[in-house]
Amino acid sequence: MASSSSAAGAVAGGGGGGGEQRGTPSTSVSERMQKSLEDSVETLLGAFASAANQHTTSLLLELWRDEHVKYLKKGYQHLSSTYSVLDSSRPWLCYWILHSLAMLNQHYSSAVCNRSIDFLSRCQDKHGGYGGGPGQMPHLATTYAAVNALVTMGGEKALVSIDREKMLQFFLRMKQPFGGFRMHDEGEIDVRGCYTAVSVAHILDIMVPELLENIPEYICSCQTYEGGIGGEPGAEAHGGYTYCGLATLALMNRVDVLDLPSLVNWVVFRQGAVEGGFQGRTNKLVDGCYSFWQGGVFSLLQRMMPELISQQEGWNGPLLAASQGFSSTSDASNFEEVAGDETEGSVDVEKEKRTSQRPTVINQFMSTDDQLLYGPLFNAQALQGYILLCCQVLEGGLRDKPKKSADYYHTCYCLSGLTLAQDSASHRINAPPPPRAVLGPYSNLLEPVHPLCNVVLRRYYEAVRFFRHSPPVASYLG
Amino acid sequence: MDREEGEDWEPLRARPAWADVVPIPQDDGPRPVVPIAYTDQFREVMDYFRAILAKDERSSRALELTAEVIALNSANYTVWHFRRLVLEALRSNLEEELDFIESVAENNFKNYQIWHHRRWVAQKLGVGAVSGELEFTEIVLLDDAKNYHAWSHRQWVLQELGGWEGELDFCSRLLEKDVYNNSAWNQRYFVVTKSPLIGGLQAMREHEVHYCVDAIKAAPMNESPWRYLRGLFKGDQDALAHNPLVVAACIEEIRKDASCVQALSLLVDLLGAGFRPTPSDTELLHQPVSSPAALASNVCTHLENVDAMRARYWAWRRSLLPSTTPVS
Repeated sequence: MASSSSAAGAVAGGGGGGGEQRGTPSTSVSERMQKSLEDSVETLLGAFASAANQHTTSLLLELWRDEHVKYLKKGYQHLSSTYSVLDSSRPWLCYWILHSLAMLNQHYSSAVCNRSIDFLSRCQDKHGGYGGGPGQMPHLATTYAAVNALVTMGGEKALVSIDREKMLQFFLRMKQPFGGFRMHDEGEIDVRGCYTAVSVAHILDIMVPELLENIPEYICSCQTYEGGIGGEPGAEAHGGYTYCGLATLALMNRVDVLDLPSLVNWVVFRQGAVEGGFQGRTNKLVDGCYSFWQGGVFSLLQRMMPELISQQEGWNGPLLAASQGFSSTSDASNFEEVAGDETEGSVDVEKEKRTSQRPTVINQFMSTDDQLLYGPLFNAQALQGYILLCCQVLEGGLRDKPKKSADYYHTCYCLSGLTLAQDSASHRINAPPPPRAVLGPYSNLLEPVHPLCNVVLRRYYEAVRFFRHSPPVASYLG
Repeated sequence: MDREEGEDWEPLRARPAWADVVPIPQDDGPRPVVPIAYTDQFREVMDYFRAILAKDERSSRALELTAEVIALNSANYTVWHFRRLVLEALRSNLEEELDFIESVAENNFKNYQIWHHRRWVAQKLGVGAVSGELEFTEIVLLDDAKNYHAWSHRQWVLQELGGWEGELDFCSRLLEKDVYNNSAWNQRYFVVTKSPLIGGLQAMREHEVHYCVDAIKAAPMNESPWRYLRGLFKGDQDALAHNPLVVAACIEEIRKDASCVQALSLLVDLLGAGFRPTPSDTELLHQPVSSPAALASNVCTHLENVDAMRARYWAWRRSLLPSTTPVS
């Protein structure tokens, strides 16, 4: 699973690799930190690699479901005073915990549901949106969290508690003419705003044209020379914002505004050659939460392959000219082999080509019909390995990296990344992945999530159907 | 005027200055979920803040109270927002507010609210705030050279208020300390493309290519300069593929180390962009090849081996290359 890590050797600094020795004696901060992390990770991965037999390796790769469930349920009922610093993020705590439990296929009692619906209703502002706690100003991030928590619970009582009309008014107040959104009244503007608003608007079926104006232009202006997307125009390419930007555009069917080949090239290089986990930015350390933010980008890309391929082939234009006298069609059969080794059957590329109407990106996401998927462009097995071997905490919960403590945010996003990685080798959206796609025992299999909104699939479809049968919401103009 | 948690904290209900205020408890409901076991101090401070908020009282005691809340939870964006309203109502000295932010930020350099508040203050102070803001972000970056908020703030200051003169040097200094600091590379790109004092990307390109190539020679596996190099030719792939310095650097690194992933990756892109290798170039992989497309295909195959983590990506890239079978 760990590669021959030429990266590790070079990063350790000093000789080898043919680089000239410079005058400076010490290695840089980046190199030292990376080396230290690789040492920890290699210890854990190495223990696995040198395990005596298949029984032991299977044990080491087990997802400690019971421990995680205990950790999550406990937190939902009681949090110590050290959590006061999250007093403005309580809907997030609801979502992180409920969503994690849902992925672990846990059910909630009606008492827990009622208490949750009641609590979140107290976080809802009378003019629309949800705040970080009762009496706090509405905020786009806590709104996203609250809605996702309610969707995860499911059921009419939860869904009907959301005031869609006021929600739209809140979003329109936050919207800026150039395409960004303020996170709250007079608050900061960045790409998160676009995603949180559009994701909720999509579920609630309030995606009116006024809400969506100029968003593609704004997000496009946040794509950097590296290929990833930053928080604001000019800011460094970053996993969290890249997910937010791409997901927003997928929801709007406007991924065409991005340089997708450049984005893909950036994100594939965010997977650590030694660790298997993802880093958020170039030359930073891997972190379990990017299993979702970066890993999720691949799940999105799998559903927009026609656009991606078309752009990538465009890159090769000059190469076609240089290949005069040779056939100019791409050899797609090579890629069929690639997808084939992890799926039960080969990807039917020819069938895709014959499709008379190219499926729109959002239709690919909305449909519950069997859809053909291309295999993932990242190493899904290595990511699962990092999560299972390096991110689990014995006492329950998941974490950023070895030596860090578990927390609910990392538990949520490590598990979200894990389920997407498990699913990535499926070639039908609603079919469970084949056993060899799941690292460790098959019992590690988590409930599938929707890669656009990050709620469990079942609840996503339920909510989307529910709100599309609700009365249309009048636009708020002015 | 921080009142820290501990024995010397005086409950608000005991303070004469607050005797007229009736605290408002949190409306959590009968059996809230994710309940936090607040300390008495936290609960009381929040109860009094809710009362002040409900009255919309924009007084100096309200300002002090917001500081107390912030000390307990600096991520409470409602309180920061209200503090701004009070500062405006009182026409407070905003230079002093910068000091306040600095004291709060000591343990909280990764907090959105603090940085947003700083931006708001700096905007009100205008051009006079430039040197202070550049200094402040520099201090933060000394401790954490990749702090995302600090870099964003710095970019905002430069664009809104100015101060570009020393910025390229600033990037160079940081890169001298750590050539792997991708944030500094990103800032460099920002300066080169946006600074009104520099001629723009085209004018700077040759200079920056040299800078990059030096960095590559020092640390060939450092991804940052390779990406920066590509970035210098964004939208102008033809110039990239025909730039002798770029091509020479790429080929040279492969000669030195046949498994240099960054160089091999760039080679694939160069070939795609129209680079036509010489016969000696194609001998690099010790295989006779008959076309740039075939070479690109071989490089992709090679990368599947030496960059195994990304094997699926390289196989996919290979699958999209023009077929090398001759037409009949």
